[in-house]
Order: sequence, then C-alpha cells, then structure tokens
Amino acid sequence: MMTRILATAGTEFRIALRNRWVAIAVVLMALFALVLSAAGSAPTGDLGVDRLSVTVASLTSLAVYLVPLVALLMSFDAVAGEVERGTLPLILTYPVARVEILLGKLVAHLAVLTLAVAVGYGLAGVAAFWADPGAVSGLPALWRLGWTSVLLGATFLSAGYALSSLARRPSGAAGLAMGLWLGAVVLFDLGLLAAVVTDNGGWFTTQAFPFALLANPADAFRLYNLAASEATAAAAGVAGAANAIPLWQSAASVLIWPFAALALATAAFRKVTP
Amino acid sequence: MTSTLTISALTKTFAGEKALDAVSLTVEPGMRVALLGHNGAGKSTMMKIILGLIPYDSGEVMVCGAAPGSAAARGQVAYLPENVAFHPALTGQEQIAQYLSLRGESPKLALGLLDRVGLHQAATRRIGTYSKGMRQRVGLAQALIGKPRLLVLDEPTSGLDPVSRRDFYALLDGLAAEGASILLSSHALTEVEARTDRIVILSGGRMVASGTLADLRRMAALPVALHVTARNGHATEIERALPGAIRVGAELRLTCPQDEKLATLARITGFGDKIEDVEVVPPSLEDIYSHVSRRDGQ
Ligand SMILES: Nc1ncnc2c1ncn2[C@@H]1O[C@H](COP(=O)(O)OP(=O)(O)OP(=O)(O)O)[C@@H](O)[C@H]1O
Ligand SMILES: [Mg+2]
Repeated sequence: MMTRILATAGTEFRIALRNRWVAIAVVLMALFALVLSAAGSAPTGDLGVDRLSVTVASLTSLAVYLVPLVALLMSFDAVAGEVERGTLPLILTYPVARVEILLGKLVAHLAVLTLAVAVGYGLAGVAAFWADPGAVSGLPALWRLGWTSVLLGATFLSAGYALSSLARRPSGAAGLAMGLWLGAVVLFDLGLLAAVVTDNGGWFTTQAFPFALLANPADAFRLYNLAASEATAAAAGVAGAANAIPLWQSAASVLIWPFAALALATAAFRKVTP
Repeated sequence: MTSTLTISALTKTFAGEKALDAVSLTVEPGMRVALLGHNGAGKSTMMKIILGLIPYDSGEVMVCGAAPGSAAARGQVAYLPENVAFHPALTGQEQIAQYLSLRGESPKLALGLLDRVGLHQAATRRIGTYSKGMRQRVGLAQALIGKPRLLVLDEPTSGLDPVSRRDFYALLDGLAAEGASILLSSHALTEVEARTDRIVILSGGRMVASGTLADLRRMAALPVALHVTARNGHATEIERALPGAIRVGAELRLTCPQDEKLATLARITGFGDKIEDVEVVPPSLEDIYSHVSRRDGQ
C-alpha cells in the first residue's frame, strides 16, 4: 500500500514540478508574506506585542484566502484532467485502490503546499527577527500557523479532488472550485455577518453562530490561530467571536476537516466510471 | 486446467441500445483470441467489462476465477486501452517505473521493458515528444509488467510500423507459450489470421462467429478457389473440360464448394502431364469476415 501511494506521489510531484506548480506556489506565498511583513513594519510599541506575533496575525488573514486558493488550483484537475487525457482507465485497471490514488496525489500536492508555506512563513519570520530581536516570543504562533495552514491546505486539496470527480471535465471542475473558494472563504463570512446583524443578538447569534464558524474549515482555521495567539487585537472580522468558542473546538475542526474532506473525495472518486 | 476468462450471456445496454447481446466466450491459458467486428460492434465495451471499468446488465463474467475489477482479478490482468494516453510531462522511463511500483515490481526494470519494445533510445525523453507509435509502445511495455495471466489488448498494433507489428506478435507468441491468455481486437485481418488461435466476430453487439480459422471456413462454407496452370498448348483443351473455369493468361481459375474440393482436384490430376501446377486457395479471413458481415446486414 505504502509503495503504491509513494509511487503515485512521486509521479505527481514530478508533474507538479514540470507544470511549474511548485514554483508558482512558492513564489506566491513568499511574495505575499514579504509584502505583509513590509506593510506591518510600522511601529507596534503601543500594542505591547512582539513583531512576529503581529506578522502572524496578518499572515493568518492572508493564509485563509491564499492557502485554499492554491490548494484548489492544484487539485481541481486531478481527476477531471485524467478523464480528459484518457489516462484514467488504464490506471484503474492496476491493482491499486482508488483511495490510494487519491492519497498519492494528496501527498504530492501537500508536499508542494508545505514547501510554499514553509518558504513564505520562513521569510516573514526572518523579516520579523531582523526588525525586532524580541520576536522569539512569537515563534509558537508562527509554528501553529504553519501546521494549521498545511491542514487547511489538505482539506481544500481533498475538496478539490471531490469537485474534480463530480465534474469529470476540467472546465466544470475549475468552475466548481472557484465557486467553493468564493463560497467558503468570502461569501460564508458575509452571510454570517448579515445573519448576525439581522438577528440582533437572538438565538442565531448565541446558538447557531459558533457552530456555523466551526463548520467552515477556513473560519475554524482563523478562529484557532487568532484565539491561540495573543494578537487578537490585530485581527479583524470574526475576532470578536473567537473568544466565545473554546480553543479545543476550533482545533478539533481544523484536525477533523482534512479527513472528512478526504472521505468525501474518495466517495466521489469511487462513483467515476471512465 | 481452469479457464482464464469465462463469459456467458453477457449483455450490456447503453441508453436503450444494446452494445453487447448475450455474448459467451471462454479463453483457456495460452490461447490467443482475436476479437473482430465493425466500428461500434462492442469490442472495446466487452474489454472494459472484462477489466471491471464499466458495469454490465446481465450475464456472468469470471476473470482468473474472480469478479471483473476485483483486486484479485486486477493483479493478474494487463490492459492496453485503445488510444492509450500518458501524462505528457513524464518520461517513458518514469511512467513505466510508476506502473512497475503499482504492480509491486522494482521500478529499476523500466529500462529493460522499454528495451523490449524498442524504446531504449527515447526512454529519458518526455512522452509529450513521442510519436503515436512510440506512445503505443509505452502502452505495450506497461502491459508486459509482471506475469499477467490475461492480456486484454484493444487494437494493440494501431500506429505500429510493419516491422514492429511482427515483433509485437513474436512477443505475444512468447507470452502465450508461457501460458498467458491473450484477447486482442484488431481491424487488420491478415495479421490476425496468421497469429491467433481463435477468432470471435462481433456484429452490432452479437457474436456472429467464433472458433478457429478452420471452424469459420467450414461454417461460412465459402467456395475454394483452384488455380490450374496448363502445360504449353493444353490450356484450351483443359478449359473446355472444366466448366466454369476462367482463363487468365496460361492460368485457369475455377471455384468449387468446400465439399467438392477433393473430387475436383481428382479430375484435375486426371489430366496428368498436361498440368504443370495446381494451387488451392482457401477463403481468407477477409473473405469470411465480409461474408459473415454481409449476412448480418452490416
Ligand atoms: N459510454 C458510452 N455511452 C453510450 N454509448 C456507448 C458508450 N460506450 C460505447 N457506446 C456504444 O456502444 C457501442 C459499442 O462501442 P465500442 O466502443 O465497444 O465499439 P468497438 O467495437 O470498440 O468499435 P471500434 O472498432 O470503433 O473501436 C457503440 O454503438 C457505442 O456508440
Ligand atoms: Mg474499440
């Protein structure tokens, strides 16, 4: 099982390398991390926190958009592209389970994403240390942001595979992936905000709202990172609600989503007849 | 010995259209079976069902004693799809190495396999730069991985040059001699005629003929052609004695039903010295194929 997954992962990683996906993802993350570091280099003395924690807070709001985007861009073609190229029938006649094929792709794509995240956050960390030697106290927050970003990426990679299997055509899969990104990362929060405003402190705000936040992997990711770090002051959007939800709940959501998404992707992939 | 492949009363319908209609077939170890039929006859559909790629409506299919598409069956069956495709960014060697790993073999065997199909030179080039025939050879190379008990090859010689075709059939002979069963589809009747043990003809999803070439000849009951060469000066005399003969230069051509072949030959040999040579031309697979297809209204 392991050799089959790794063989698929090796092939997929080579393809990602030659399709320039590795370069694109790394450059994108590095560029945005550096821009954020530069933008956040104004004096922060009045906040009473170190430079790195401030950077992490802004990186969190960046990652919540960028990581799902890069993940979906890498994954929407995974199944639909093989259907279109005509490579899927042959691979499915090999003694390899469909979940092993998906896991192989996931390992490769996750490696690319991890590399991009490591380079981007690493650069941001170096920039913070360069400006403020006291930044060492922000290291745990940066580490937490790193591994949760990888898990968030895993969730959206698997979601991309699921959409790719459902669409069976690259163009359709691309549309679905963009829809998911808009829906989960942008519209979901706007909708919640609108609901909270109209609800005016009623049942929705007190009962349903926390669950709605936890149900969305992107919101759970933001919630966990902001609540766990001291830098909530530098955050925006859902930060107010972050304090109301216990840390273990958002952590659980961040940890469970990758598996749930993979299960969904496997179920969708099993339905594909080449 | 148990059969490698057993199909009985297999039926498959696509949106109300019968792609396969009660097809039955048994393939023994070491047997080379050719699947013939017009475009859309159901050849590829039948192969995909054997591989478990698409479901079927009714009937029974057993592949190496297991259900088609089960892990046990997939471990023993190799497939070459029609219009085989690979990711253009990979080299031939990388692609074969992956397939080797998926079958639990060492990826180091890739170069040797590519060598067997004459692709050694291009092994480290990207498949995107390959010609059609070269891609087809990569497909053949992957079908040779491991020791498959059944090879299902959908138009394996399409795109291959004449010499590669001969090499390919030589390769198949070797595999069959080691006990592998081979099911291949083709539109090239002349090469199939000489290189397979069994012939199955599909037409509109129905099996219209099946058996050895000799079986098919008997079944079709097509006339045998006799080419008689007369010695100098005797042609006109012999032509008069053989009603229905057509004269082409010094040669007389006549046909007779299969069961009158020996009697006709006896009459010809009765001319003794006046005859220089007699050639018996049995109906070719192409003749049988067109006869069967025409009878079926295709
Ligand atoms: N996925 C599908 N959906 C609907 N009809 C299909 C599908 N696949 C095949 N068919 C139909 O089934 C019939 C048999 O097709 P098949 O591909 O098996 O033909 P074939 O014998 O392989 O032909 P060729 O010699 O052209 O390769 C055709 O009428 C085809 O239109
Ligand atoms: Mg076909």
